[in-house]
Amino acid sequence: MAKTITSKVFVVQDNIDTDQIIPAHYLNLIPTIPEEYAKLGSYAMAGLPDDQYPTKFVPEGQVKTPYGIIIAGRNFGCGSSREHAPIALGAAGVEAVVAESFARIFFRNSVATGELYPFDTPERLCESVKTGDEATLDLDHDTLTVNGKTYQLKPLGDVRPVIDAGGLFNYARKSGMIASAQ
Amino acid sequence: MTLTEKILARASGKPWVRPGDNVWVNVDVLMTHDVCGPGTIGVFKREFGKNAKVWDRKKVVIIPDHYIFTADAMSNRNVDILREFANEQGLEYFYDVIDDPKGQWRFDTAKGNGVRQFGGRYSGVCHSSLAQKGHNRPGEVLFGTDSHTCQSGAFNQFATGIGNTDAGFILGTGKLLIKVPETMRFFFEGALPRGVMGKDVILHLIGEIGFDGATYRAMQFEGPGVSSLSMDDRMTVTNMAIEAGGKNGIFTCDQKTLDYVNARVAANGTKNTFEPVEPDADQKVIYDKTFDLSKLEPTVACHPDPGQRKLAKELGNIKLDRAYIGSCTGGKTSDFLAFAEVVKGKSVKIDTFGVPSTTEVLNDLKATKWDGQSVWDILASAGVRLTENPGCAACLGGPADTFGRVNTAGIKCISATNRNFPGRMGHKEAQVFLASPATVAASALTGKITDPREFLC
Repeated sequence: MAKTITSKVFVVQDNIDTDQIIPAHYLNLIPTIPEEYAKLGSYAMAGLPDDQYPTKFVPEGQVKTPYGIIIAGRNFGCGSSREHAPIALGAAGVEAVVAESFARIFFRNSVATGELYPFDTPERLCESVKTGDEATLDLDHDTLTVNGKTYQLKPLGDVRPVIDAGGLFNYARKSGMIASAQ
Repeated sequence: MTLTEKILARASGKPWVRPGDNVWVNVDVLMTHDVCGPGTIGVFKREFGKNAKVWDRKKVVIIPDHYIFTADAMSNRNVDILREFANEQGLEYFYDVIDDPKGQWRFDTAKGNGVRQFGGRYSGVCHSSLAQKGHNRPGEVLFGTDSHTCQSGAFNQFATGIGNTDAGFILGTGKLLIKVPETMRFFFEGALPRGVMGKDVILHLIGEIGFDGATYRAMQFEGPGVSSLSMDDRMTVTNMAIEAGGKNGIFTCDQKTLDYVNARVAANGTKNTFEPVEPDADQKVIYDKTFDLSKLEPTVACHPDPGQRKLAKELGNIKLDRAYIGSCTGGKTSDFLAFAEVVKGKSVKIDTFGVPSTTEVLNDLKATKWDGQSVWDILASAGVRLTENPGCAACLGGPADTFGRVNTAGIKCISATNRNFPGRMGHKEAQVFLASPATVAASALTGKITDPREFLC
């Protein structure tokens, strides 16, 4: 099935750690409880320093972000193993993060939860692209088009069908690896 | 094969594995805590059914430690969720805050944070507790819902952090699909000089390879220098493998490892059979460098990430507002002793907080006497604000009433903890400098970043 995502982008720099994605004091929220899942989304990226990121990722008084795609530098999602991080982004409405590189656990958690597509970009985009620019991500051709330019991303490979299915468990059931829940 | 490859081959029932192979491994221990445990339990019940049983009730270890001594009602609730699950599943290893299995945990704000508010089963910070309570064994595979799970690699074990979904999968199946990482070899020679600790070793190495220099990789520590490092120092080193992006950190096994593990499994009655691994002579590594431990100096990672390496002696111009000693990385007994050696008989100049990692550390500090005075009293006399309630406390910020939390913008804090990204210890406009307990102590005495060797003769 052809799939594209078109959205305004939110641009961040290197080393955006899990505390900036979802500050630790919100970890008392349990992601598997629907109301608490939604709350996690409303706090997504609340840990970004205000002086460097004057634009709010989730606008004041809202629970969702207008930015469906995040563009980042190196080592996005470093730090803690909290699954609350990809979950907060997914709950806020993020569908994909395009970064120069990802921290390992964040990448794995994004796939396991199916919350978002983590794309590696060989070209550093976080300097040339600005928050608010409109971009189109083509999942079938692994490209990002923004400001009239198309960038080739590293293919997602085996992890794409897992995210398409909605995460590890859905994928494992679909492919017959595990039985259905009793 | 490397240490990591050998363990993963054994755990997946294969004669050998290579980096890049995806293998299903059998899990020896799954650890979770109060921050990720409730979500992991939620995933487990959603996916395996509400009456599902964990794959092996002796292989699940639950250690509340993150948000315990707080009046935050949801955090208190999360500890109660763990208790309910441990009861329902008949889990053997649940280190509860309270003694009553039917009770509810509520922090008593009237008593405050200074005095003991835990029962007889409570232990404290999960990674330190895994070691002390006999859950670390050479050659095994341990997963935990915490990025610093890599600390257990000090015991010649494959250990790494995972999210709730993977942990929920393990709870139901006892297995996980993982990719075999490439190995980077750090070959140690010599012994650490006085005033230099395990923390300085790992801060030096992270500075060397960069904050993402080990991403997806195993960091393997070996060589003749290993034998001079205490198990505490080795735990500090492996603890921070994640701060270079590492999948795991792992040491070779020696007599010190065996003595520690044998004593702990015997004292706690945990599983006492295990098989250490050694690296093959023809192992393939993608990075190989020798480090002379005797040449290392007190090292600091400056704001805003653990890769900002400087020597403590170069940073005397940085004025501080606060000092903090605690956590899995820097709150062990040996850490507090190194700190106390520097501050003994002197007074700290800035707000200084101390949080023992575990109840055992607390007891050690009260029982250890120097010239008739307990180390605990020596610290208190020097002006260190101490809590009797071990746990993660302000290392990761936590709820606003957490002991030692940085709640004010602009604060500069030197800390024996492991991470210093913006907001890590509370306020996102504060700055954290990571250093060894000895450097934190010397800096607390002067109010600026200070090389501890100035105070050690």
